[in-house]
Amino acid sequence: MALSYDDVIAKYEPVLGLEVHVELNTESKMFCSCSTTFGGEPNTQTCPVCLALPGALPVVNAKAIESSILIGLALNCKIAPYSRFSRKNYFYPDMPKNFQISQYDEPICFDGYVDVEIETEEGPKQFRIEIERVHMEEDTGKSLHVGGATGRIHGAEYSLLDYNRAGIPLVEIVTKIVPGTGKYAPEVAKAYVAELRDILRGLKVSDVKMEQGSLRCDANVSLRLIGSGVLGTRSETKNVNSLRSVERAIRGEMIRHAELLNDGQKVKQETRHFQEETGLTRSGRSKEQAEDYRYFPEPDLVPVAPAATWIEELRAQLPERPSLRRKRLKEQWAVPDKEMAAMINADVLDIVEETVLLGSDPTKARTWWLGEISRLANEKDLAIADLSITPKDVADIVALIAAGELTDKLARQVVEGVIAGEGNPAEVVAKRGIKVVNDDGALMAAIEKVCAEQSETADKVRNGHIPAAGALIGAVMKETKGQADAARVRELLLGHLGQATN
Amino acid sequence: MINKTAAEMSNALAKGEVTSVALTKAHLDRIADVDPKVKAFLHVDNENALAQAAAVDADRAAGKALGPLAGVPLALKDVLAQKGVPTTAGSKILQGWKPPYDSTVVAKLKAAGVVILGKTNMDEFAMGSSTENSGYGPTFNPWDLTRTPGGSSGGSAAAVSAFQAPIAIGSDTGGSIRQPAALTGIVGVRPTYGAVSRYGLIAYSSSLDQAGPFGRTVLDTAMLHEVISGHDPKDATSINAPVPAVVAAAKSGNVKGLKIGVIKQLQGSGYQTGVLARFNESLEILASLGAEIVEVDCPSFEFALAAYYLIAPSECSSNLARFDAMRYGLRTGDVDGASAESVMNSTRESGFGREVKRRIILGTYALSSGYYDAYYGSAQKIRTLIIEDYKKAFTQADVLVSPTSPITAFKIGEKSEDPIAMYLADVATIPVNLAGICGMSLPAGLADEDNLPVGFQIMAPAMQDQRLYQVGAALEAALVTKWGGHLISKAPALGGAK
Repeated sequence: MALSYDDVIAKYEPVLGLEVHVELNTESKMFCSCSTTFGGEPNTQTCPVCLALPGALPVVNAKAIESSILIGLALNCKIAPYSRFSRKNYFYPDMPKNFQISQYDEPICFDGYVDVEIETEEGPKQFRIEIERVHMEEDTGKSLHVGGATGRIHGAEYSLLDYNRAGIPLVEIVTKIVPGTGKYAPEVAKAYVAELRDILRGLKVSDVKMEQGSLRCDANVSLRLIGSGVLGTRSETKNVNSLRSVERAIRGEMIRHAELLNDGQKVKQETRHFQEETGLTRSGRSKEQAEDYRYFPEPDLVPVAPAATWIEELRAQLPERPSLRRKRLKEQWAVPDKEMAAMINADVLDIVEETVLLGSDPTKARTWWLGEISRLANEKDLAIADLSITPKDVADIVALIAAGELTDKLARQVVEGVIAGEGNPAEVVAKRGIKVVNDDGALMAAIEKVCAEQSETADKVRNGHIPAAGALIGAVMKETKGQADAARVRELLLGHLGQATN
Repeated sequence: MINKTAAEMSNALAKGEVTSVALTKAHLDRIADVDPKVKAFLHVDNENALAQAAAVDADRAAGKALGPLAGVPLALKDVLAQKGVPTTAGSKILQGWKPPYDSTVVAKLKAAGVVILGKTNMDEFAMGSSTENSGYGPTFNPWDLTRTPGGSSGGSAAAVSAFQAPIAIGSDTGGSIRQPAALTGIVGVRPTYGAVSRYGLIAYSSSLDQAGPFGRTVLDTAMLHEVISGHDPKDATSINAPVPAVVAAAKSGNVKGLKIGVIKQLQGSGYQTGVLARFNESLEILASLGAEIVEVDCPSFEFALAAYYLIAPSECSSNLARFDAMRYGLRTGDVDGASAESVMNSTRESGFGREVKRRIILGTYALSSGYYDAYYGSAQKIRTLIIEDYKKAFTQADVLVSPTSPITAFKIGEKSEDPIAMYLADVATIPVNLAGICGMSLPAGLADEDNLPVGFQIMAPAMQDQRLYQVGAALEAALVTKWGGHLISKAPALGGAK
């Protein structure tokens, strides 16, 4: 029987568990010196180590250890003075060694927490998400199944393997079970992943691009009757590739579980795959029979034993916590709530701050990035960050407007030119011959011409009907190809028609 | 020329009395002559060897500074990756594979100008003590062609013993250098774990494997030991410390004032009479040279074999998982519609030999959930106890000694159907591997009952490899004087001219 979300939360309490995989942005792989650049030709970023050729040995990337410790510290974790890598053994064609080097019973970071805040009907509410562990592992290669209808292995004619991703450093961040979020479970989960993303971005340890898979979330959900102390059976949803999907996947799973439970059926412990198009999950591998990975300590690597002094040095380098930073910027820039939310949603906080640091007025910087530049990004179906315009360009444009060398309208042309790759603002201005017409003589000639052409309108203005001036100003702007300063035009026009300004 | 020692060849090369090309040709001729009987080599690399020799000769003619072993030929165990040269680890599953890279040992050999004659036979993936487990047929002991040369580095040991190469590289996971050295009457050293890079050494048991040198004399072995040692950033378990002065030690053998500990647990029942006789004779010689002989107790050694046969199979079950037909080597069962899984199964079924499968199954079982603590976990505890035993013993003695192998070379086929009997061949060598320390086997004479070589084992603490050579050189000098020449000179000529 189809249930509404309200029906579900009236009867059941959701319990969450979130596992987030983060691809670190180290230049080289976890255990070899191959490049980690995304999108290379298949199998061009490989070597004996990440292809698991006979005799090849792994060596730990020190930068990956540093990044992992930074993540642990930022998540309020304890850092293990001694931790080991283990081998997780299972066969799969895209895993070259047929074991994954991971951390098992001795993770590098453990016992932390993240506080997240969400908006509720009763106002802002804080939730503490406890972190069980942060551990390091390596990514697998990618299988491309060709010839099947679904792109899945079943029904495929053949499969292609790309080992470029094999050995990319991953950090897995695992929460403890998260009870007590009630009806806010989907939003809390989303806020947690968003906060995590912001923290990781602030640490500069990952690209955190969910759509490229550099941040992936597996959501564990179970339901129990409200008031019950017994945990229900969980499902684990993989392939959740955006913040919105985190929310949708959890909401969807809660409803699916509740429907099964209400019908007297059992929830199967299994892996499920989120489907972006439908917002539903489909069944994957059954986990009822726990797989035996035969973990044992990786004999090719020595234990990780970071010096306490090093950990303290890293702790001292931790950047400002994203939630605190948002509060600070909101105050400093005097941004209204709605605008602040818009900036966060559009993911422009960093570039706006950079633009401000380059001398721009905060409001102007925000308006450009959220307005015209966002619009152009949407038009081109690109992320703002992928446009070729930089905070420096925007700061320059704001400065040119302030100096009277550009009008807002002209500045939009400059923005468009910069995005089209015509150069920096100065170069675009020069190439396109954009300039504010400051020559009053030229402006007066245009004004006279327009007033002669539209004499009726001009008369209305002469007779004191000031709003009619708008049409004339527009025509003058057109006549001067938009290069005039509209304020100056208005001033001259009104004077010409006997109406004093001010 | 081929019956000279590597040190003598080195001198002759330096003085211009012989060229590396001539020396290499002489060895290639010897191989062509006797290897059909001995079957030490899986691949003889005539072309590359001669090209390498010619390059060394050219460098020498140009007056370039060369290392002591430049131009001296060597036999390489097929477990080490050599760029462009077939490398199989004795397994059918790697038939036809040519590595695109050099192992660190090979890179060091090449840099030192050592001429690599070819790849030698071995028990498949170094699992065995007779070289009968090779996927390509057994190697025969040059002392008696009806017997095994020991293993797993039987090909390398036989090649040196049969004068097909003056020196060779082997690898030792549970005795695979020392035991075949003992059975073929030559010197073999397993260096301290981490002293020689494992990069490019096809893994059997990562925490126990170590490549090392073979030679017909202690000095030759030391010269090769020095060339292949040293820290390697490509191997995380490689020790970053200066290489022990093994050549200097081999040149100044001396045991005066040294305490030599005889391990109580590594003698007595199960040891052949002739083996114990030669061992005790060597002890008397060492005492006469001024060493103090003491007895030490290593009670945990009783469990060493059991621990080894849990740890090594456990690690190998994981190490050998990569042989899945996806990227290199053998592929069978790849018919239309076959799944990746069925191709993996078919290839592993036909590519691995019986002993390899036995150990993979053993290891998979020992690591599985519910059995881990009882098997792998207990074995690791025993390992710790063995390390403790050695620590204590080394407070009582500078080096420890035992017979290398309880028996002399056994007949081909004698033990191949009885794994436990075969495993016992390594009972005296395995503790060294479990503790990660170093050990040497050198010839102690022939057993009276079968006229076959007996090995004398010397053990020293980690990174004290020079002690092996210091003691080994002293014992060797005394024995050579006693015998009127090296033991190897008594080996059969195998029909060919030496």
